[in-house]
Amino acid sequence: MEIIETKKSCAAGDDCCPTSTGAGKQNITAGQVSLGLLGLVTWYIIYKQLLPFSHFFSYGLLGLEEGSHLGEAIQFFVYDTPKVMMLLTLIVFVVGMIRSFFTQERTRKFLAGKRETAGNVMAALLGIVTPFCSCSAVPLFLGFVQAGVPLGVTFSFLIAAPMVNEIALVLLYGLLGWKVAAIYLGTGLAIAMTAGWVIGRLKLEHLMEDWVQELRAGEAVVIEEELSWADRIGRGREAVRDIVGKVWIYVVAGIGVGALIHGYVPEDFMASIMGKDAWWSVPAAVVVGIPMYSNAAGIVPVVEALLGKGAALGTVLAFMMSVIALSLPEMVILRKVLKPGLIAVFIAVVGGGILFTGFLFNLII
Amino acid sequence: MKIEVCGPGCASCEKTQKIVEAAVAAKGVEATISKVTDFQEIAKLGIFSTPAVIIDGEVKCVGNVPKQAEVESWLTS
Repeated sequence: MEIIETKKSCAAGDDCCPTSTGAGKQNITAGQVSLGLLGLVTWYIIYKQLLPFSHFFSYGLLGLEEGSHLGEAIQFFVYDTPKVMMLLTLIVFVVGMIRSFFTQERTRKFLAGKRETAGNVMAALLGIVTPFCSCSAVPLFLGFVQAGVPLGVTFSFLIAAPMVNEIALVLLYGLLGWKVAAIYLGTGLAIAMTAGWVIGRLKLEHLMEDWVQELRAGEAVVIEEELSWADRIGRGREAVRDIVGKVWIYVVAGIGVGALIHGYVPEDFMASIMGKDAWWSVPAAVVVGIPMYSNAAGIVPVVEALLGKGAALGTVLAFMMSVIALSLPEMVILRKVLKPGLIAVFIAVVGGGILFTGFLFNLII
Repeated sequence: MKIEVCGPGCASCEKTQKIVEAAVAAKGVEATISKVTDFQEIAKLGIFSTPAVIIDGEVKCVGNVPKQAEVESWLTS
């Protein structure tokens, strides 16, 4: 049973807990639509000019020599910074709008009706558009339990939500190319689905704290909101302000590091410790990643630096996933609702999936 | 008037607390503002996304930071 009240406004996207737009109900006009289209066209035209501009700026305006260390580094920075920022702004805006369709309440109700296997797949996919930080993980978990979402499906969501998100994908795409982004998306989803499915099979419901198990019979207070298209655009804009405002510094720092590597560092610098031949580097990367806690925006520049210096892709992916998906602070918070046995199973299953991914990519690439 | 702000203590929850305090000060109403930070107690109230604001037992806002104007309107009604 859920108490549903209808109420306008009071919600919006933030990568942690949302903030409010407080927009009233107003519909979108034809003028606004054409303004949006005009914006999109302008975006595309500017985006296409970035590469020629960076060449003009570095080799024409500054008069640097093409192929020189400094010239390469500066051209890389001048091209990649606006490129990634423009991509990030567009994607965050679109995802912010899409997100306004997937409120936590709706996600819960939707997943509660799903059977295990299909539920794991849906939960992992929903994790892409629903972000959360470790502070909202526990209430989210409790809400899922209360709504009767199976434990394994809940875990699929808990694993996918921080690990696979639009910010990680845009940064990986912008800094490392679409192949790395696609591999990360695919393996991240696969781990979330499989790990959740395994946890569901193990039937560990008794390893939730007793008071959590009693929630199943409880009621949730839901404030349902009516959103117009203008509100959803507002959400997109707000997401851009919140998220891009927070991550731009990582982007600039990351591209700065990337530019230096691009221009100066020899290609095989990290090859001996994090290269393909060092098999032990994959488990080492996972273990080192657990106590580290960072979001996707913070870790991508590091990944870029490691890859640029000759570290193997599998090892670097394992490190990145371990930092994001297995974090010590999150474990401490989850301990309030889960008994130690279930946390151990969670670490073992997710860690196993990450190890497998690391070895697999070192083997095939 | 009794106002409860629910949240484990993340940045958004702190922000909500400040907004509620500012709204109470602006309206000049008599109110006690308390924090609910324990997950178990928050869940018992039926709240599964934070921050949330409860005024005299009525849940006003769940899962987002309200605007000060909104909080002020809750205080008068």
